[in-house]
Amino acid sequence: MTELALPKIDKDTISRKDQIVSHLKKFTKDENILSENEEIKPYETDGLAAYKQTPLAVVLPENTKEVSEILKFCNEKNIKVIPRGAGTGLSGGALPLQDAILLGLGKFNKILEIDFENKCVVTQPGVTNLGITHAVQHKGYYYAPDPSSQLACSIGGNVAENSGGVHSLKYGTTTNNILGVEMVMMDGTITRIGGKTLDQEGYDLLGLVCGSEGLLGVITEVTVKILRKPQSVRAALIGFPTVEDGGNCVSDIISSGIVPAGMEMMDKALIDATDKFSKAGYPKDAEVLMIVELDGTKSEVDGLLNKVSEIAKQNNSNSMKLSNNEKERLAFWSGRKAAFPACGAMAPDYYCMDGSIPRGKLSLILKEINELSKKYNLAVANAFHAGDGNLHPLIMFDGSDKEQLRKTEEFGAEILKACVKHGGALTGEHGVGIEKRELMCESFNNDDIQQQLNIKNSLDEKNLLNPGKVYPILRKCAEEGRVHVHRGEEKFPDLPRF
Amino acid sequence: MSTEEKKNSQISLDSEILSPSTEKEVSEIVREIYSKQLPIEISGTGTKKGFGYNLQTAKKLSLSKLSGIIDYKKEELYIKVKAGTPIQDIEKILDENNQELAFEPIDFGYMINGQSNKGTIGGYVACNFAGSRRFKVGSVRDHILGFKGVNGKGDIIKSGGTVVKNVTGYDLSKLISGSFGTLVVLTEITLKVSPKKQSQITVIVYSDEIKKISNLFDKILSSSNEVSAATFIPEEPSNKNYEHTKNKIFKFNDLDQEGSFLAFRIEGDKRSIDERLKELKIELDLSNFKSSILDVHQSIPFWKKVNNLELFSGTKNNVLRAVMPPAKCETFSKFLNKNYKYYIDWCGSLFWIEVLDRDDEKINKIKNFIVENSGYLTIVKKSENFDFQDTLFTIDNIRLMISKKIKESFDPKKLFNPGRMYRDL
Repeated sequence: MTELALPKIDKDTISRKDQIVSHLKKFTKDENILSENEEIKPYETDGLAAYKQTPLAVVLPENTKEVSEILKFCNEKNIKVIPRGAGTGLSGGALPLQDAILLGLGKFNKILEIDFENKCVVTQPGVTNLGITHAVQHKGYYYAPDPSSQLACSIGGNVAENSGGVHSLKYGTTTNNILGVEMVMMDGTITRIGGKTLDQEGYDLLGLVCGSEGLLGVITEVTVKILRKPQSVRAALIGFPTVEDGGNCVSDIISSGIVPAGMEMMDKALIDATDKFSKAGYPKDAEVLMIVELDGTKSEVDGLLNKVSEIAKQNNSNSMKLSNNEKERLAFWSGRKAAFPACGAMAPDYYCMDGSIPRGKLSLILKEINELSKKYNLAVANAFHAGDGNLHPLIMFDGSDKEQLRKTEEFGAEILKACVKHGGALTGEHGVGIEKRELMCESFNNDDIQQQLNIKNSLDEKNLLNPGKVYPILRKCAEEGRVHVHRGEEKFPDLPRF
Repeated sequence: MSTEEKKNSQISLDSEILSPSTEKEVSEIVREIYSKQLPIEISGTGTKKGFGYNLQTAKKLSLSKLSGIIDYKKEELYIKVKAGTPIQDIEKILDENNQELAFEPIDFGYMINGQSNKGTIGGYVACNFAGSRRFKVGSVRDHILGFKGVNGKGDIIKSGGTVVKNVTGYDLSKLISGSFGTLVVLTEITLKVSPKKQSQITVIVYSDEIKKISNLFDKILSSSNEVSAATFIPEEPSNKNYEHTKNKIFKFNDLDQEGSFLAFRIEGDKRSIDERLKELKIELDLSNFKSSILDVHQSIPFWKKVNNLELFSGTKNNVLRAVMPPAKCETFSKFLNKNYKYYIDWCGSLFWIEVLDRDDEKINKIKNFIVENSGYLTIVKKSENFDFQDTLFTIDNIRLMISKKIKESFDPKKLFNPGRMYRDL
């Protein structure tokens, strides 16, 4: 991989390791502090497995008081701290540093209160996203944001990254679905933001913290909104003979006033790949394939689904299936959900990109990506959350060939720059982390970035909390890595990624 | 060019009211006031002037000339406007394209002087007060995709963009929403827009019993039948100092004038409305209540009246806005009932309360009750020449400390709306 610039290592901190570890034992049980190499190894990387760093030590506190004492101590002694949830993030937001303590929130794994009266759940940050839905589904409720890693990713990490998912178009991302947090600042101050009310008084600190990638505080408790499950959910599986037809159909559906719960798109390369991998029975004559999911009351869903199929026909669709039961609906999704592992089977390595563009530019960007694919002579398969313009191109390459690796990185950076050029964003849902840090200047000028750094500086004066993430260290647009998967050996191979 | 226009184009700080017409001019003015340490009051058309503390600045910065639609992409569901654009202008163009701002902007003009005046989008974002659909679709901040503005040093800054999914850097669009103009002078705002629903009806359920009302709110919130607004309008205590009564404001053919009532709205196409109405009647046990239905022609103006605080139209009294956890609806209603003129919106979460002139003891009692019950309070109208001794906002010391640090990171010399939100911020 391209060499990654990291914050200057404080050799003094490393030389004081033993002293620091013994001091940390004053705040939490001995067994919660890992300092031997073999104990630390699992924490060397997160979902962006291409980058590895060994932290000074790993601390796994058990309660907010311990977090507060640890942070206060580190702040006083100038020790860097990297917070970590489940470590499933794809942009390297939890990448350790050699002179930093890795603060794992894994022991914060309990749901504290299920409050059906206020339609919310109060939970510790280490609870998984899906764990919340499991706790309330017996009464017909669920937690709406659904990142593909929801089986393993923690709700605290979701808050840090403002995670979205397939259903963000209708239900929003994490920031639209949380009511409050408890957070510990770098100086050890414990604060509660929001609670069980809608909105909050004063500055929207909840909005600031959500998506701040662990740079402003450590989340120790989250209150999330829960929703009643929709009465009816149906999906349409639609094939189109050209990319333009599919792209136009997406725009036409939105323009007609329909807000689908989810709207996914796959290109020919991915249809072929998934078909070989999962036997989902996708149409072979389609250049692009769309899954449109609608939810609501029964007659509403039936009516909208008919409207969607009419719009698709007007856009020259050449195949269409409508789900009539849950089994059929899940079968539609099976291929889409197998998209990433299918790519893993096609080439030794693949890079997963994450960017977003205006919906109307979908066919344009697909064309550009295909042209780039020819230019770099590297195969690419495309999966889009088309409804909200979030794309995940998967570039296939052989990592043992250094020249291919370099070309892949260039290819990826060109895609992201094209996203920004077309009015989109560098990252739709994976976050900036270390991955896209140096590309920030594609979207922001110095004044924009300086304002964000001023906020960081005001809440963490010594820049000790998760340093080296999100904001460019070089302040020039270097081109760096994406999610690198070698021979299907993902950091979390069992997690579906879509 | 008129004399006044000439004056403005030169960005002179001589006049009391500065009215820049470009973003660059805003930046130049702020650079000037930064070097001279001159605090300013920022306003659009002044409809939210009464919110927070009174300001004592010598200069005012009016954004009324920074007006106009920059870019509207119907199929991309966004509109980008200059910050001083009147909300009516935005609503008009959206309406022509069968779209709307889902957060239902409140018309505070009625409360201020009895006349419609929605003010500018910048002012609206600055207060982040969403209308009746809040519990269903989110607040104003949930509909801001991006913005441009000028910070306290005169730097032009931006955040967000035009796409829904964007997690690049801190989400400053949220932070500036509800900051009452104390962090940046907004120059450009990109809003998410939504398709309009085909039709709507409103169901009126008559009851004076708080327990039953709060139970109905809970059932509505728990329903998957997507009710998009729910309010409770109680019979007010008789007092000649109240300008309006509910019977005077809510006059509709199918609305019975006797007693208190709860109203909820169902939106969608006709078939879907009928289907959901049928199910809601069972879910809410409506056969045990007296009820009636407002058709679309009555339902639309009904919610305008609720949303625009017409019950407090032209009032000389104080108006308070309190937000409570939904489960506290019953206890808070009991505390207020028969003692205050009030009504409840957001399906049991939002309380609008009118308190008679100069009764700060009563206001403190209400404030204490709210804080004890995990809610928060904002005073949105103060009776004339009455500034409260105690702080208006219900914030704890730690969050106040964090807020001060954030304020400093945007506006280090505290020039923008000084003291509007908190005394020394």
